[in-house]
Amino acid sequence: MSAPAFSLDTVGTLRGAGIILAKELRAEWRTRELMNTTIVFALMVVVLFSFTFDPSDAESRRYASGLLWLAFLFAGSLMLHPSFAREQSNDTLYALRMAPVAPSSILLGKLLANFIFMSLAELVLLPVFTVLYNVQILPVLDQLLLVLALGTLGLSVTGTVFSAIAAQARMRELLLPLLLLPILTPVLIASVEATTGLLSDPPELAATPLKFLVGFDIIFLTASYFLFDYLCEE
Amino acid sequence: MRSTVKTLWLGAALVALLLGIAGYTAFFIAPTERTMGDIQRIFYFHVTSAWTGFLSFFIVFIANVAYLVARKPRWDSLAVSAAEVGLAFTTVVLVTGPIWAHPVWGIWWTWDARLTSTFVLWLLYVVYLILRNLLEDPERRATVSAVYGIFAFLDVPIVYMSIRWWRTQHPQPVIAGGSGSGLDATMWRVVLVCWAALLSLMVLVLRSRYQLEKLRHEVAELSYEIDSRAPGTGSRGLARQETGGQGGATR
Repeated sequence: MSAPAFSLDTVGTLRGAGIILAKELRAEWRTRELMNTTIVFALMVVVLFSFTFDPSDAESRRYASGLLWLAFLFAGSLMLHPSFAREQSNDTLYALRMAPVAPSSILLGKLLANFIFMSLAELVLLPVFTVLYNVQILPVLDQLLLVLALGTLGLSVTGTVFSAIAAQARMRELLLPLLLLPILTPVLIASVEATTGLLSDPPELAATPLKFLVGFDIIFLTASYFLFDYLCEE
Repeated sequence: MRSTVKTLWLGAALVALLLGIAGYTAFFIAPTERTMGDIQRIFYFHVTSAWTGFLSFFIVFIANVAYLVARKPRWDSLAVSAAEVGLAFTTVVLVTGPIWAHPVWGIWWTWDARLTSTFVLWLLYVVYLILRNLLEDPERRATVSAVYGIFAFLDVPIVYMSIRWWRTQHPQPVIAGGSGSGLDATMWRVVLVCWAALLSLMVLVLRSRYQLEKLRHEVAELSYEIDSRAPGTGSRGLARQETGGQGGATR
């Protein structure tokens, strides 16, 4: 395959993505090892952070959103790794390539699966975090979920593509965080900015970070759509 | 081969001359800055290194895109050469910056937009080179690292904007930073001389690094050919046919 063909068959792509998504969810449901390890890891990060400074009331509110997002980012950079490494070690990536689905379907299916896994982990972590760091999230829950969704989408898009990159290299486990974390700098900054606004005393939702996150997601979704085919070649 | 070495020496002599002129203008011709004094002279190399480094990363991006379109190994060689050269210039920026900042601002480092995004930029391309080292197969390495390179390049302006909007409390850029900024005419001329010198240095280093990469590519292909001619592959003629076919596929 010299020049990847860009499929414009939207229905076919979505159907293929649905099949991949179902496969990912089924595989995870059978073992649930990904979710378990990720949630425990993120929890550990949150607890360990509390030892690095005095988690008293005023201070914790100032740093809380940063801690939360760093925990998500670290957890994501570990959790997204098996997405393609698992296919590589079982040699199922070959079968996936042979399957009559477009590469964009594989990307979309995996991306949605990773987004769901990551969001589930965040939803478990959020109440624990609220209790441990004494922040009020209930009055702004809907807005907070929007920020979480946008940030997590950015994390899942880049994470899924980079998981495919790392799976082809040596030292993949170490490589994925290295690839992912610097690229996600803007997501971290904008998400923390938006979350800090929501957790501060009169809570306020700034529009700029949200628009910024939407922009990041769109740019990297588009880039992934066009570049992912190259990663699927033999 | 001999003529290449000769051109290299000629080029190196020319670049050395240009760098000497640039140093002379920066130290003796440029006027002393009113508030910062002589330490400001580092600016002529600091800012021009930054421009040269950014230009190198732009070349990496172009080479990455060109590789994915054309699949010619030479684009990959250009990409890795430009990435290394750009990294060298960016390192100069990150080292000269604090040397300048310490007497002027009183601190070595401040988390301002340009400093922080240059640092993230540096990290992105260090990771680019690490990634290349960890990919075995040359063709996969070229393709996969090109994809990462494009992602990294797209990320740079976004990083800059995010830091500039939310993480900054710094003075405006000196050049083209709005009202009140601007350079003295002589200073401008010195900046251009220094930039010309650094650009010629970049071209020189980039060119020889590119040639080295091409030689490496040739060596890799030759040793691949030798491997496939190893005993046990049957008659010599057959082996030659096989390698001929494979050579055509890799080229």
